[in-house]
Amino acid sequence: MTPRPVVALNAVSKSFGPVEVLHNVNLALHAGSVHALIGENGAGKSTTMKILAGYQPPTSGNVTFEGDPVQFDSLQDGEAAGIVMIHQEFNLAEQLSVEQNIFLGRELKRGPLLDKAEMRRRTREYLTRVACDVAPDALVSGLSNSEKQMVEIAKALSRDARVLIMDEPTAVLTNRETEVLFKQVAALREAGTAILFTSHKLDEVAEISDQVTIMRDGDVVHAGPTAEMSEDAMATAMVGRDVSDLYPSKPGVAANAPVVLDVENLSVPGFAENVSFTLRSGEILGIGGLIGSGRTELMEGLAGLRPASSAKVTLFDQVTHFRRPSDAQRAGLCYLTEDRKLRGLLLERGMRENLTLANLHKFGGFLIERSAEEAALTDAIAEFDIRAGTRDVQVGNMSGGNQQKLLLAKVMLSEPRVLIVDEPTRGIDIGTKQQIYAFLRGLADAGHAIVVITSEMPELIGLADRIMVMRLGTVSGMLAPDDINEDAIVRLSMGLRAEKTPQMA
Amino acid sequence: MTDTTIPQTGGLRLPSMSVLGPIIALVVLLIIGAMLNSNFLSAANITNVLARSAFIGIIAVGMTFVITAGGLDLSVGSMAAFIAGLMILVMNAALPSMGIGIPIILLGMLTAIVAGMLAGLLNGFLITTLGIEAFIVTLGSMGIYRSLVTWLADGGTLSLDFGLRSFYRPVYFDGILGISWPIIVFAVVVIIGEIIMSRTVYGRHCAATGSNEHVAHYSNVNVRRTRLISYAALGILVGIATIMYVPRLGSASASTGVLWELEAIAAVIIGGTVLKGGFGRVWGTVIGVLILSLIGNILNLTDFVSPYLNGAIQGVIIILAVILQRERKAAS
Repeated sequence: MTPRPVVALNAVSKSFGPVEVLHNVNLALHAGSVHALIGENGAGKSTTMKILAGYQPPTSGNVTFEGDPVQFDSLQDGEAAGIVMIHQEFNLAEQLSVEQNIFLGRELKRGPLLDKAEMRRRTREYLTRVACDVAPDALVSGLSNSEKQMVEIAKALSRDARVLIMDEPTAVLTNRETEVLFKQVAALREAGTAILFTSHKLDEVAEISDQVTIMRDGDVVHAGPTAEMSEDAMATAMVGRDVSDLYPSKPGVAANAPVVLDVENLSVPGFAENVSFTLRSGEILGIGGLIGSGRTELMEGLAGLRPASSAKVTLFDQVTHFRRPSDAQRAGLCYLTEDRKLRGLLLERGMRENLTLANLHKFGGFLIERSAEEAALTDAIAEFDIRAGTRDVQVGNMSGGNQQKLLLAKVMLSEPRVLIVDEPTRGIDIGTKQQIYAFLRGLADAGHAIVVITSEMPELIGLADRIMVMRLGTVSGMLAPDDINEDAIVRLSMGLRAEKTPQMA
Repeated sequence: MTDTTIPQTGGLRLPSMSVLGPIIALVVLLIIGAMLNSNFLSAANITNVLARSAFIGIIAVGMTFVITAGGLDLSVGSMAAFIAGLMILVMNAALPSMGIGIPIILLGMLTAIVAGMLAGLLNGFLITTLGIEAFIVTLGSMGIYRSLVTWLADGGTLSLDFGLRSFYRPVYFDGILGISWPIIVFAVVVIIGEIIMSRTVYGRHCAATGSNEHVAHYSNVNVRRTRLISYAALGILVGIATIMYVPRLGSASASTGVLWELEAIAAVIIGGTVLKGGFGRVWGTVIGVLILSLIGNILNLTDFVSPYLNGAIQGVIIILAVILQRERKAAS
């Protein structure tokens, strides 16, 4: 091992407001070494990378570069020092050409004019190195995601990066493109570049990385040479939290509980294919899988929010196909969105208008009865324990937890018998989480059927009677109550089959 | 998050500047007008201002809904000219067979309303179903209707038959109890518009659609239909405005209705409706229309400032109105 790391985090903690998201993280990147950073969604990988690249300062602890503590004031400072980060969402100007992007901000000049010939020559050279077959004058907006990824890497090459940080670089790449990327990574390693990347694909981690750091809930739980760890050990280290009494007890679903929803071969073009499942009265079905596995889009397709096709969907013994969300609402099926700020609530409006928006037909005929709306709001505030200061507060000024309760109250006004909730506790405090869990279980106990989509492993395990895991738009497994454990869910989400049979993505 | 310190709402609370601003501006204009010219507050002048405001006003009420739902319509001025031309052609053509009488007037009115609705539906269809920018679609249709009316008139003026004109005149010049028809129709349109905007499901859906169409879609609002209806309703109101306008001059030409779209949009914005959509109020639009008309009227009645500066003063008022809106946003 090289004695001195190029860049390192020393006892770094990071807080956003009162919430500490990184606790005492130590991480060192060495020249000529590939480092993998893995962990579940929300484990703190992105924040760690941003601090390394100089995007965000640590709250405590320090970043050292070549052994000296540094404080990058901007990402330009970081890039000037030779640290380049490639984001998951590309940082390319869509309307400019590949060549213009690669030299953006550092254009070569001959006198007062641009030296286009030289820039084009060098661009070709970089593109050849990453085996990317696009013309230097092609517009970035016309490139595929994988080509954009390669252009980003070419851009990093052009900056002679000493440290290259990549956030899930292979998420958008095909297997073949991944191979090209790994060849390039190997070449950079030979040339002495320090590389850090994140991935949800453990087989890749095993294949390409020299060191691996595993994070969970803002802590580094394991760090060491990749060669000493099996993929299974990695998966085990990523999970393994105890589930406290945050979750209501599960009474179990009666064997004779009627099937209320039967979905056969539901497909949402581009997101999910041929998904089938059933849902019983009184049951909470959890849907696990990585972000981007098509869970949200599948359920939105079911609820008529986006185009979908199916062999047959039976709801309460009626064969249905919902073209609009209002059809689903009338039939007793409602979907609660994962994005309360952009899709759930009108942030510059008050609680009353938000609460009744989806159910205005229940408040008077031609004219809306405002008094009835106010009464409904009073009921909702009491039932869902919404604490918002004044009644006419703008919803955008409420806390996340109270917004979520209002959103839940809004959906419950539709009196759904089948309720699909997507990330019901994202970004809210633990007390509110508990209230929402108790409410959902109470609904199930009253005979409703519930689907919970969640990226939080403990929530999935603590809440669901049965778990369906999705991967790349298809169902990778269905876990009965007795088979539910984190290990099984992680394996299915990552594409690892029951035992040690590594799957290519 | 504490429930002990709930600030009291209700009671005596001064309305915000965005509510008071247009009202204050209107009152100031009235005072200035009354001070500069003793005839300003006479019944004749007030009636004149209101009747002239009626065309733009009726259109601006429709525009309020379109803008609130997150849209825009630049084509209303040329649409009015085209409908006026079409109406005159249809009535002139029907004259030999129908003769002068109520039926032919009703035929003309029906023509205007149907043509307006179809024109609005076409705009709405292109915008909602084909997903083209409202600005582009209505910029295009603005050119198309303007060109069509010029073509119909062969570059000149389309005139209503003289006998018909005399029979139709009362629709602009007469009324009930000394209030002329355009003012009555304007008032009815405003009252219905205000009720729909502030008290009905459709008004709420318009505001939700303009505020955030994703939230509206996820709240079971039919976003596309809401927008389509707003364009169709605007088209119908353009037709109604044209019905009032044709008897005034009895003709239509390429210069009919020029810049009406900008006056209507300006009135809507001065009245406090948010240009980006999501919030609209019909009564504000009425005040906006009156402010714009009064400026022209005052300049005409006094020698203080040249009437040729009418446009400049209106421009200043529009910009001030938007600055007021922005301050409201910053405050919240």
